[in-house]
Amino acid sequence: MTTKLFGEPVRRREDDRLITGRGRYLDDLGEGALAAAFVRSPHAHARILDIDVSDAIDVEGLVAIYTWEDLPGALAEPLPLLIPHPALTHGRTAYPLAREIVRHVGEPVVMVVARDRYLAEDACALIRVDYEILKPVVGIEEAVRGVHLVHEDVPGNVGAHLVQEVAGPGGVTAREAIDAAPHTLEFRLDIERSACTPLEGKGVYARWDADDESLRVYSSTQTSTSVRMAIAAKLGLPLPKVEVIAPDVGGGFGVKIVHPWPEEVLVPWAARLLGREVKWTEDRREHFVSSSHERGQVQHVRAGFDDEGRVLGLDVEILHDHGAYTPYGIIVPIITSTQLLGPYKVGAYRVEFSSIYTNTVQVTPYRGAGRPQGVYCMERTMDRIAAHLGRDRTEVRAANFIQPDEFPYDQGLTFQDGRPLIYDSGDYPEALRLLKELIGWDSFPEERARAAAEGRRIGIGVGCYVEGTGVGPYEGGHVQVTSDGRVHVSTGLTSQGQGHETVFAQIAATELGVPIEKVSVVTGDTRRFGYAVGTFASRAAVMSGNAIALACRKVREKALRIAAEALEADPRDLEITDGMVHVAGVPSASIPLATVAVLSNPLRYAFDEEARRATQFAASGSDDRPPVAEGEEPGLEGRDYYSPIRSTFAAGMHAAIVETDPDTAEIRILRYAVVHDCGRLINPMIVEGQIHGGVAQGVGGALYEKMAYDEHGQLLNASFMDFLMPYATEVPHIETAHLETPSPLNPLGIKGAGEAGVIPVSAVIASAVEDAEGITITRMPISPSDLYALRQDR
Amino acid sequence: MNETRHHVTLTVNGVVREATVPGRRLLSDCLRHDLGLTGTHVGCEHGVCGACTVLLDGEPVRSCLTFAVTADGHEITTVEGLARDGGLSPVQRAFTERHALQCGFCTPGFLCTVTAFLRDNPVPTEEEALEAVAGNLCRCTGYQNILKAVHRAAELQAEEGR
Repeated sequence: MTTKLFGEPVRRREDDRLITGRGRYLDDLGEGALAAAFVRSPHAHARILDIDVSDAIDVEGLVAIYTWEDLPGALAEPLPLLIPHPALTHGRTAYPLAREIVRHVGEPVVMVVARDRYLAEDACALIRVDYEILKPVVGIEEAVRGVHLVHEDVPGNVGAHLVQEVAGPGGVTAREAIDAAPHTLEFRLDIERSACTPLEGKGVYARWDADDESLRVYSSTQTSTSVRMAIAAKLGLPLPKVEVIAPDVGGGFGVKIVHPWPEEVLVPWAARLLGREVKWTEDRREHFVSSSHERGQVQHVRAGFDDEGRVLGLDVEILHDHGAYTPYGIIVPIITSTQLLGPYKVGAYRVEFSSIYTNTVQVTPYRGAGRPQGVYCMERTMDRIAAHLGRDRTEVRAANFIQPDEFPYDQGLTFQDGRPLIYDSGDYPEALRLLKELIGWDSFPEERARAAAEGRRIGIGVGCYVEGTGVGPYEGGHVQVTSDGRVHVSTGLTSQGQGHETVFAQIAATELGVPIEKVSVVTGDTRRFGYAVGTFASRAAVMSGNAIALACRKVREKALRIAAEALEADPRDLEITDGMVHVAGVPSASIPLATVAVLSNPLRYAFDEEARRATQFAASGSDDRPPVAEGEEPGLEGRDYYSPIRSTFAAGMHAAIVETDPDTAEIRILRYAVVHDCGRLINPMIVEGQIHGGVAQGVGGALYEKMAYDEHGQLLNASFMDFLMPYATEVPHIETAHLETPSPLNPLGIKGAGEAGVIPVSAVIASAVEDAEGITITRMPISPSDLYALRQDR
Repeated sequence: MNETRHHVTLTVNGVVREATVPGRRLLSDCLRHDLGLTGTHVGCEHGVCGACTVLLDGEPVRSCLTFAVTADGHEITTVEGLARDGGLSPVQRAFTERHALQCGFCTPGFLCTVTAFLRDNPVPTEEEALEAVAGNLCRCTGYQNILKAVHRAAELQAEEGR
């Protein structure tokens, strides 16, 4: 088998276990462990007056009941604020179990541990919590009125306020540019909450080893290394005594990057205290009311532009609903406000956001992480400008594009990683050309006329985005070749279905010149790699992919050096092909990589055939040199890190054709086209899969999904019966085309792809529905009844 | 309080298995936690997502909406029982060939559903294939490759039958 695997649609190596029922997800582990369950607040805002457990203690199989009062030391403190920011003047986080006040329905109040989950829930049902109900704050408008407060000490419910301003030519401000522009528009946009809703909820399983005084924790997380550090700190354990493993994880999409979740510290704490294995598996309702949501924003837009539609000034004010707590800081509105500009250069830009508390589930990144809202804002603006000028929507976009010869392009803003927002590469005019060709943009008027002749109403929409991917600070990779010729690759970040075992093996096999069958990959296991950031922000392939490539290059260099000595050749003349190191062009002068691995270690007990074979190459060594030379290490292994100077910017453009039913206002997507540029593709099959999944989530967010809170802060649709995730019947066939503009920033020339698919979908569907109906769309998602109401108002 | 427990005998993947369970024990929990067959997954516990789908006497059912005691004496096939003679079934092969899974959590439910569907309808139209998988939720794939896999599985099944 060829070892050039980079760029090939290699079948996934994780599939065999997952299609035969041999995957190991969180709840598949720890048979016989005690089960934890939680009493959660039924109120959006209330004071806890009393917790009465007397009826619960008789439940068969009950082991323990804990409230905040029982938590020791650091565990009794609020959970960490992971990403502080100077603009986040009033950051607040929850306690692992509520202390005095609950601030959203679903907040954990009591933890119960019992023999199994049924019994633990029996006990939960018998625990009586008396509450004094406080006035809930629900909805952005209600919150900014500031009459009632989510946190008593946060005036106006404003957690953070940030302004970024980029002056235009001659130092003109955005507001000045708008006032002086030939045309101006001003409007408001709304976008609702949705949520990641991975098919597997969260879960934690902990076992305490009393003999070793160590803790092993499995968590369905997107960052095992950081969960580990949080547990060590909260439980006061030495870091080396804690290991955290992300097993097979049934989807993440952002919600599992938050850490530590209350359960991630409570379950290990209980396991240690009880000396028993304890497991908690989140159920679907718990996930809806106690994990994170995202997307809810109100945007006020002012734009000034010229006759060509070029934006001279753009002024955006964003009200961002971050729910009851801010454990993840203000990453989401920062991304919205900085990625809003997309592939465009605007004359001058001012963006201001307020991040607002409400008595609802906290808001943390969900796939796209603020970008869908930003792109929605910018693309609605482009469509408005086109409508105002009577120009083609793609023409207006093209008039504003950054051109291919303008990279690197500095947007003048500070990005989520605190670094300048400088785009590394891209070709936006070409992407738009491809997209128009793919969807048949120019021939659409005839298509519309044909449909109209049949009494059908169709419309076409478009949306463009740029996505900062591969944010730092770093990831690492470790690569070890053992004496059986196998290559063991590990990296600290985790996997939730992205196919890392496959793509990282492709990279290692290509770099080292070994068959992929010889390569195994471990992710998210702190026993194998302790330093990592995590899987989010479309960063895994860029960060760990490059780190693994660099680690492989170290191993390769060492292998060639050792082989050169054995073969009495110049290392520069050597190549590795199919696991054999050989002199280029002379296949007979060769040595297996396995044998090189044996030679790399001066201690050579003949445990296996390779070690025995290696003796023929064994150099006697010089008596005046130590067996392991200075600066050397035994073994054929390498570790390296990739730490980018800044993010790399992927881009894409989507178009859709929709049909709206003249009677029922049903919205159907007839065609959906995607042009996507994430630099060099490692595995095109996997990248396409990521795009399909992203678009499907985008379709959900555009047409079906929203968190329906009532005025009391009750989530009315906290089940799959009522929260309408798309089935196969709701997702259109997705047509894709790829552009490969390599990133100049990293050795592999790659950019991230994980979030891309979801980003412009709400913008595209709004554009298409607007085109079909001739009604300005300002609120997303849009349901048939929403559209029907808009028609009535016309 | 002690719950009344019931003895159930199930034939799971061709093997007779026994368990003693409370009346409220869900079939999904019985398979997963009493019998150790954790390939069947639970995604919602209210019968909407279909991840827990198993075949009860050959027909797809939501094991999270089925009490274990009601399956007493019946035959059950789970994802662990789909492989034949040590090799992957056509449906399993098609899912990996067409990249019809990502995180894999919903996959066992799709595999069981599609297996029963293609047994009854070995040459489905596009429309029929779409209808067949439209009762199962997947949050990763966008379904496009799942639909491709249904047709690929039909092809593989036909080749095997030859």
